[in-house]
Amino acid sequence: MRKKWTWIVPLTLLILMLPLLIESSYFMHITILAMIYIILATSLNLLSGYTGLLSLGHHAFYGIGAYTAALSVMRLGLPFLLALLLSGILPMILSYLVGKITFRLRSSFFAISTIAFAEITRLVSINWVELTEGPMGLPNIPAASIGPLVLNSYNKQYYLVLILAVSSIFLSYRIVNSHIGRVFKGIKDAEYVAISTGVNIDRYLMIAIMAGAFMAGIAGGFYGQYMKFISPDVFYFQMTVNMVVMVIAGGLGTIGGPVVGAIIFTLAPEVLRFSEGYSFILYGIALILIILFLPGGLWSLLKKVKNLFKNSVYPNNSEIEGSDNLK
Amino acid sequence: MNIFLQTIINGVIVGGTYALMAVGLTFVLGFMDLVNFAHGELYMLGAYFTYFFVVTIALPHIIGIPLAILVAMLLGLLIERFLLRPVWDKDILIRMLLTVGLMILIPNVITVMLTAVPKKVPPPFTMSPFILGNVRVAPIQLLIVLVSVFIIVLFHLFMQRTRLGKAMRATFQDKEVAMAMGIDTKKIYAYTFSIGCGMAAAGGAMLSMIYNVFPAMGAITTTKAFAVVILGGLGNFAGAILGALIVGVSESIAGTYISSGYKDAVAFILLVLILMVKPSGIMGKKGGIEK
Repeated sequence: MRKKWTWIVPLTLLILMLPLLIESSYFMHITILAMIYIILATSLNLLSGYTGLLSLGHHAFYGIGAYTAALSVMRLGLPFLLALLLSGILPMILSYLVGKITFRLRSSFFAISTIAFAEITRLVSINWVELTEGPMGLPNIPAASIGPLVLNSYNKQYYLVLILAVSSIFLSYRIVNSHIGRVFKGIKDAEYVAISTGVNIDRYLMIAIMAGAFMAGIAGGFYGQYMKFISPDVFYFQMTVNMVVMVIAGGLGTIGGPVVGAIIFTLAPEVLRFSEGYSFILYGIALILIILFLPGGLWSLLKKVKNLFKNSVYPNNSEIEGSDNLK
Repeated sequence: MNIFLQTIINGVIVGGTYALMAVGLTFVLGFMDLVNFAHGELYMLGAYFTYFFVVTIALPHIIGIPLAILVAMLLGLLIERFLLRPVWDKDILIRMLLTVGLMILIPNVITVMLTAVPKKVPPPFTMSPFILGNVRVAPIQLLIVLVSVFIIVLFHLFMQRTRLGKAMRATFQDKEVAMAMGIDTKKIYAYTFSIGCGMAAAGGAMLSMIYNVFPAMGAITTTKAFAVVILGGLGNFAGAILGALIVGVSESIAGTYISSGYKDAVAFILLVLILMVKPSGIMGKKGGIEK
């Protein structure tokens, strides 16, 4: 146990000190984007990673969150924290309706019908001009202010998004490691067994999708005030593709996987930017290679590396590893 | 009344072009349980290959378009052999993500090679539109619908009447038994995927004559094609065609009478409505796939 904590302390320090270490505002921006993606990937992982139902419409919750927060600050004049809360609650209510209709479907049926919901919200955001200003988007969204504190610098924004990201990881950790998480696993591995033991499957799926929608909405709410501008682009299908890539390439159904995936796949296009038009080609190739050669995701690679170190200290560990393969 | 009639006819023509795309997609999705996001990219490539053969090399349409479809089918074989074959036994999400990788990769390769500037393939002939009463139909659109119908009928006959078609149906009904009967199921998977790619490319080749050809055209079409497929009933050819016609006509009606902005939402709204009433789609059997 003590061994586990030794790396957590320096890691926490590093995360807290990050704004002091990074001088370039460009890298601060990338770091904040990575944090937003950590929230999004974690939220998608809750439903898709743990219960095995792949939602491809998850970006709708993010987009609705973004518009909710921006509009309630700009049009209704609500304080930021209340608007942020609303930006989680509204997608959560919508996710309930989505779940009611789509939970009768499984695998590809479910995935595609969730796209349908997201496409409808995207078209509404473009066409309901009175509310959303249509394709022009909403400019000049005021920066978040909490009481007298206005978050007008990258560093302040970083700490807010850090709190949100850590809370969503913590929330997701608590859900997954409770009896709810065990039901999720049951649904994923053997749904019929779960039903036959009297589990109300829909109720648990609802918990997963609603908690996920809440987190994604909050991420959207943060994004709007951070970028100071949102447009129907937040509803682009590419957003969900990014999230799915991060979750699966990071490690489906693990807490750490989506975090690692979010960091690497936010950084990757930026690092590859020198190659101009080729960056997305490399992104696509990287994705295909990860799927072919590392189906457990990057998180499984980290675990393997960790086990390598362990084995050098406790040689017997390899035997335990081997017994796993017998199953 | 005339406007209404014209709207319906336009809808049927648009629906006819959706049908080709949807039949290919439902084939791969229903048979192989592969949510193929690369389908739209093959559609896009079909259009580009047509551009290459018809405009760059200046072959006549009647040779250039089949060649374009053939090249797409060969590409499908390669994709299956080197990318999909290693993951056939993996989780459906993993397989889907692989096609997402292709969806990111292919349009960007095209953009780098040919830039994103839209290209145009000239139609094989120029003729003034047919006028029946007060309804106008462009001959090229009519031709496209007829060719689509022809390809779909050909495909249906192939599946029902040939040995290979029979072997395909057998493989996707019960893989183990098919293998025991001496069917090379690996080959069947390869051919199935390749034919799906060919259908997508055929759609792209046809539409390249009336729409612009550009790298993002596949991604735009894919989501709607998925909606059409689920609407009609997964894996059901008649359902896919019916779904395509319903979506085409409703879009046309919505565009004329309601709002052209919401036109593209029609397919998805219909999908949500049908899922509330009959989750397996209009023609779908409960929990089953027609094989």
